Parts: sequence; C-alpha cells; structure tokens
Amino acid sequence: MMREKSGGWLLAASLGNLLFLYLPIAVLVVYSFNAAKLATTWQGFSLQWYAALARDHALMVALQNSVLIAGVSTVIAMVLGVSAAVGLERLPRRQRAWLDGALLLPLVIPEIMMGVALLLFFVLVKMPLGLLTVTIGHAAFNVPVVMVVVRARLRKLDPHLEEAARDLGATPWQAFRRVTLPLLMPAIVGAALLAVTVSLDDFVVTFFTAGPGATTLPLKVYSMIKTGISPEINALSAILVLVSMGLVGLSLLIQRKTVHG
Amino acid sequence: MTGSRTSTSPAAAGLAAWLLAPSLVWMGLFCILPLSIVFLISVASRGTYGGVEWTFTLANYRDLVDPLYLYIYARSFALALATTGLCLGLGFPLAYYIARAPARWQGIWLMLVLIPFWTNFLVRTYAWMNVLRADGLLNTILIGTGVVAGPIEMLYSDAAVLIGLVYGYLPFMVLPLYVAVERIDRSLIEAARDLSASGWAVFTRVIVPLAKPGIVAGCLLVFIPSLGAYITPDLLGGARSMMIGNFIQHEYLVVRDWPLGSAASFVLMAIVLAGLWQYQRTGGMKP
Amino acid sequence: MSHASVELREVVKRHGSTVAVDHLSLSVRRGEFFSILGPSGSGKTTTLRLIAGFERPDQGDMLIDGRSIVDVPPNLRPVNLVFQQYALFPHLTVFGNVAFGLEMRGVARAEIQSRVGEALDMVQLAGKGDRLPTQLSGGEQQRVALARALVNRPAVVLLDEPLGALDQQLRQEMQGELKAIQEQVGLTFVCVTHHQEEALTMSDRVAVMDHGRLLQVGAPQDIYDAPASLFVAEFIGLSNRLDGRIAAVQGTRCRIEAPGLPAIQADVPEGAGPGSAVSIVVRPERLHLSQQATVSGFDNVVPARVAKAVYNGHEMQYQLRIAERLLWTVRVPNADGGQKRFLPGEAVMVRWNRGESVALTR
Repeated sequence: MMREKSGGWLLAASLGNLLFLYLPIAVLVVYSFNAAKLATTWQGFSLQWYAALARDHALMVALQNSVLIAGVSTVIAMVLGVSAAVGLERLPRRQRAWLDGALLLPLVIPEIMMGVALLLFFVLVKMPLGLLTVTIGHAAFNVPVVMVVVRARLRKLDPHLEEAARDLGATPWQAFRRVTLPLLMPAIVGAALLAVTVSLDDFVVTFFTAGPGATTLPLKVYSMIKTGISPEINALSAILVLVSMGLVGLSLLIQRKTVHG
Repeated sequence: MTGSRTSTSPAAAGLAAWLLAPSLVWMGLFCILPLSIVFLISVASRGTYGGVEWTFTLANYRDLVDPLYLYIYARSFALALATTGLCLGLGFPLAYYIARAPARWQGIWLMLVLIPFWTNFLVRTYAWMNVLRADGLLNTILIGTGVVAGPIEMLYSDAAVLIGLVYGYLPFMVLPLYVAVERIDRSLIEAARDLSASGWAVFTRVIVPLAKPGIVAGCLLVFIPSLGAYITPDLLGGARSMMIGNFIQHEYLVVRDWPLGSAASFVLMAIVLAGLWQYQRTGGMKP
Repeated sequence: MSHASVELREVVKRHGSTVAVDHLSLSVRRGEFFSILGPSGSGKTTTLRLIAGFERPDQGDMLIDGRSIVDVPPNLRPVNLVFQQYALFPHLTVFGNVAFGLEMRGVARAEIQSRVGEALDMVQLAGKGDRLPTQLSGGEQQRVALARALVNRPAVVLLDEPLGALDQQLRQEMQGELKAIQEQVGLTFVCVTHHQEEALTMSDRVAVMDHGRLLQVGAPQDIYDAPASLFVAEFIGLSNRLDGRIAAVQGTRCRIEAPGLPAIQADVPEGAGPGSAVSIVVRPERLHLSQQATVSGFDNVVPARVAKAVYNGHEMQYQLRIAERLLWTVRVPNADGGQKRFLPGEAVMVRWNRGESVALTR
C-alpha cells in the first residue's frame, strides 16, 4: 500500500475532525454527571439530574408521546418506503428519475419548509394540531429515509436471483418472499431503526405540527433551553444523544452484516 | 448474460405501479400538496386577524425586497457559503484519508462519521451552546490558561452560528467526498507520481478534478440545509443573527403574517430547487 | 413421430429499434446436446431468454414437446436455466438451492431428500449439501447451478455460457463432464456460447447465429467441413480465404481466377456460374507444404513464402504470404521422422485438392 509522506498530517486532520464531531457531545455527557449547578466548577460525580428527570411528570408524558409517535410513524414509513423501493427498482431508468425526486423530496428541502407546509395544510383542512398531525409529518419525512436504506441494499442484489427463483417454479410473490425479502432483511431492520431514531430526534417539523397540546422530548428540550440553562437539560440531552447513537450504530452494524442462511 | 434485462413485461410494470401507489399517494398528499399550498398562500393576502384572505396579490414578494429582509437573506447566503467552504476544507482530508484506508477500517471510520449525522440535531447544537457560553468549556480553558482575562461572549453571534452549522453539516460533506475519492483509480495517482508529480500537483491536477462530482454533491448537500437552517441560528445566534429560517418562523408563528412567510418560504424553496435541478442536469451522483 | 423437444417457429424479438431475433426457426431433438453459437450481439442470449420465459416474442411461436409455451409464465414452463453467473441463492445452502425447484412444486420432503442427494452425486458434490455458495469455488458453484436445474428433470435444460467463468484448465475438464452428465440423464440440453471449440466438442448439433439470424444448423463436422456461408466458415476455426471469379464451369467443377495466382480448381457452389464472385476457404490442416517443384495428386498448387514459423509442440504453424496480398495459416503435425521444417523467408509450394476446400458465393 502506498505510504505517502503526507500520511501523517492526513491522519492528524482526520482525527481532529472526529474530535471536533464528538467532543461537544462528550463534554455534555460529562457535565450531566456534574454535581454542581453551574458548569464552571466540577463538584463531584452525581446522578441527581437524572433523578430529577425521572420525577418530572411532564417529561414522562413527552417521552411517551415521542415513543408512540416514533413507533406508529415508523410502521407507516416502513410499509410505504419498502414497497416504494421495491417498486422503483422494477421501473426503467427514465421513469424512475421523476418519481425518485418526488419521493425523496423531504430529504433535500430544508426542514423548515416541510414544517411550514404541513402546518398550512393542516390548518386549511381544519385538522386540529396534535399527536396525529405530528405522526403524519414524521411518516412523511421518514419514507425517503427508509427508501434510501432499502434501495442501497436492493441495488446490490444480483438481479438474476429473482429470475432464477421464477425459473425454478416460483410465482412472483414466492420469489419475493423466499429470495428477495430474506436478502433484504438487514436493510429492512436497519431502516426501521434509523426511522425510529430520526423520529425521536426530530424537532423542526414537530415544532410546527404539534400545536399547543402535544410535546415530544425534543420539544421539551427546546423549551427547557429557552427558559434557561438548567443542568437537567444536560442529563436529558445526554440520554437522547446516547440512545440515538446506540440505535444508529446498531442500525449500521446490522446493515453491514452479510446474510447467512 | 450481457446486461441485466429483468423482465420488462406489462405485468411487471403493473406490479411496480401497485407497489408505488401507496407511497406516492401519501407523499402527494402530505408533501407535494402542502408545498403547493405554500406557494398559493404566498400570492394571497393577510387576513385582519392573522388568517388568510384569498385575494390574489404579489405584494408579499414586493415586500420581501425590503432592505431589512434582504439583509437577512444576504447573511444567510454568506453563512451558508462560509459553512460550505469550511466543511469542504475540513472534510476533504478526512474523506481522503478514509478512502485511502484499508477496507476494513473504512467501514469503521464511516460509521463514526455517520453516527452524529443521524442523531439529535437539537442536542448537538445545544452541546455547542454548552461549550461556547460565558461559563462554558472554551472560556474556562481560555481563562484557565491565561489567554484572556475574562470570559468572551462567543454565543449569540454569527461566528457561533457558523461553528454550529459546520458542526452540523460536516458529515454531509464527508460522505459524498468519500464516495468520489474512493472511486478514483489508484493507478492514476501512481501514474502521476511516476511522472514526477509532487504531492500538491497530484492533489490539484489528478484528485480534485476526478473527485469533482463528489465535491459538487457535498457542497450542495451542505449549502441547501445551511441556507434554510433554523435550530442553529435560533439557539446559537439569537436575535442578532437571524437567518431565513428564523425569519420564516417569526412571520408564521409570531407576526402571523402567513402570506409573507409563505413568500419567503417559496423564495427559499425556489433557490433550493434551482440548485438541485442544475445539479441533476450536470449528471449528479447517485444517493 | 415423436415431437421435437424444442421448436421455434419464425420467432421475432425486437429490443427498441434493433431486431435481436430475426424470424428464427429451429428444432431441437429430444435428448440431444444442442448448441447455439454466435458472437455477442448475435441474438443467442435473447433466444435463450425467450425459451426460458423472461422475454416474450413479438411474433412467432415456441413449442416444447409439441405444446406452445408462448403464453406460459417462466415458473410454469418445463424448462430450467443454468445462469451464466450461476445466480445461486446466497442465503440458502447447497441443499437449499438444489431443493428449491422441488419445494416450489410441493414435492414431499422424503422425495426431495433422495432426489437432491442423487443430483449432488451426479455433479460430484456429495456431502457438500450444507455449505453456503460463498464457501464454494467457481467450479463447484457451477455444479450446484447445474444440479439445481437437473433435479427437476425438465423437458429442456438451458445453459447460458456454461463454461464462460471458468479458467482454461477447468473448462476442458467441465466440457467432458457436462457432456457425460447430459448423456447420463438423457435430457435435452440447449447451450448458448460464443466459444466455438466448446460447441464443437460437446454438441450433437450446432446452430450458428449472427445478427439475429440462423445461418446454419448441423453436426459439428458439417459446420466445420462444409460451412454454408463465409461468416460460418470464418467464425468457426481458422480458415484461409481466397477471393476470385469463376472463369469456367465443367459439370461439378469450376475454374476460378484470382489476380496474381494460377487458376484454382474447386467444386462449384450452388447457384454460381461463370462470372460469379466466389471465395475459397481451406482449413489450415488440409494444406500440404513442400519445396518440390512437382508433387502428383493435388488439384491446386500455389507458390508462397514463409512469413512466420511457430513451433507449437505438437505441430508447426506457418504463416505464408501468397501473391503478396494473402496471409495464410498452415498447420503441419510434427510427426517423427525428420520432416522438413521451413524457415521464415523460404519459398514453398502450397497444395490442396478441390474436395478439401469449400467454395462460397460472395
């Protein structure tokens, strides 16, 4: 392998980048265990802020909402996203481009556009803002998330496998169920985990579609930040970030697994 | 067989249509339609109590040409451009390093870069608030090492927003760059070296031109969300560093001037779509 | 009279504006090893896919054992395809792969066990049933693909470039094995390939295709010794070609004149007469080389100069320059007994009989 002289500084720059990406999070996690109320001084290790979170009733409601919304919107997004991914692959290239654009739209436009558009839509059709509208919004922007993950895997599959199954007597549905689906499993599971994470973490779209009644964890974090720095935020943020990172890491690991019988 | 000609029979196309129908209906209803409504409202008038009066007018777009608003747009553009530039500068070495790393390690590096990309943006931005504020980590270090006497007000400034944006969108730049660099045939670099090219020459004359699709993709993927950023300027910029996103939110939820907000949204949307369309026309890169 | 195993009648298939298969009619006999030979783009792969059911003909009919299959979907046709890149299911074991077709048809578990065992034995993969495809070598994967098709005892086994992905040595081995297996099971094999050596070695009959058209069908020997067209003559094996015009016809013989050469004797091709433009094709091993001025028993003699002499172990291969414009290849076996070997630059005389050449109209 080529060993360039510049190898040293390249590695340093890369590690620097990683440091840049992870340091603030690490600091946050560390501070969440700080017994002191103010962050400047370290006054010993403490779990009091986590305990405070557990006692916060409004927070528990927000947690429940977040989980509920994540669950339902992911299920919807999975059904829509997987079928779209499979359907798109069967289309000839030219027709694919337009539909691609339409279905991937939420990923490319700024989030605020989705939030604002959905708000207007719900108001105009006189749908009251609340958990339902948030769920609909989440399902909408998770469809492309699922699609991207599933499609990446679908493209790597040997296109002749389904033909071979059909040649050996399988109906199109049997070919899909016995050959394509098992091979897609890692991508499907990975997509689900990712969609759950994105839903749990979403702020902007939720902010615009939640209305006065519903809160989710990110909305709660936001209001806590706006009303003043309380150390509980550190604890809550640490939990959110670690859970997200865990879920995403799991998702990526599962996707990298090669399929075994 | 030459070419993977999966059956193009009418039956297959019919099946594809059935498979696509549910998602198309959902996205049509909850994505395309709402966005169209934004456009419609942008040419309507504001009602007396903050609703919408359906009288056609282009006044909203004219109103946007107010210097106050233009300043916001200008700042947003400048910040987005700066973010893109910084991400490119910071991200390229990382992408290049990963692309040259042994295959086994590439996966791990990519995972490490991807994980923050997918996790809670709000919390990550808050993390920077933590670091940058008067009693935050950065100031503590600076004071502790005697670089400054008292805490510097770093939060609530354009600089803070810039840092937050670069932090948030760096992975968006690294990934397409990685894909592009990874595709470059190593023997091309070796050939350049063999022809006595210095490291810098190899970089500028071989790598950069060949990685161009990745560079363009990365820049677009950073510029567009940066332009429409909301959380970052809201938390790190405050009232002093308003961007288009904050302006739109302000119009919608505070002033309740939906038509004006919609006009601003639509302008943003138009810029975004124009950029994307141009990108698609020049080839683009597969997601 | 028993039906042909596979029959194609005036089949036409277009891909966009190109005609991939152009009014193709052929008939494959039951139990024979039939090869479709042609360069890439000749339409042979499309023909195979049409028989398998992955493409529909625009015109024409296709029958298997006398029954039309044009409207039958691929999973219901009594046909199995061995894919060029094997298309083994990566998530199933070897056993799972081979058993797939039987499972699709609801065959009982016990029967599946025995039939799969049989099939694996036949391809010499007994005992490897619980391996995964990724754990097998290329040659082994190919055998699995073959077993997977054979176990269903289809009316026709289709093979797409079966030996294409194998290296030279394996290929020779597999040629023999494939033929042996086919004779053992007695099923009809239709094989598509662009390797003429393979087609000639393994097949009972060969069909040569080019640009979607069928050029010639026949036993390998007929294709080789009596090509019906210039394309076939030059596609199959090495050939030496000479273009000229018929000067005179006498019964079945004709005299051909070509610039710079003595008159050539050949058998008159059908439909040709004085003045027709014809080409003579002679195989390299049919030419006789000597430096003697007169050798009796040959119809034709042409002076030449040795351009290259290559020693190929069992034979010498000479490149001869004739009349300054032709470059011919001659193969002379190195039989023991001090046979004269010619050196580059030497003048020689090339001789052959008219029966050893083929004359074709241009």
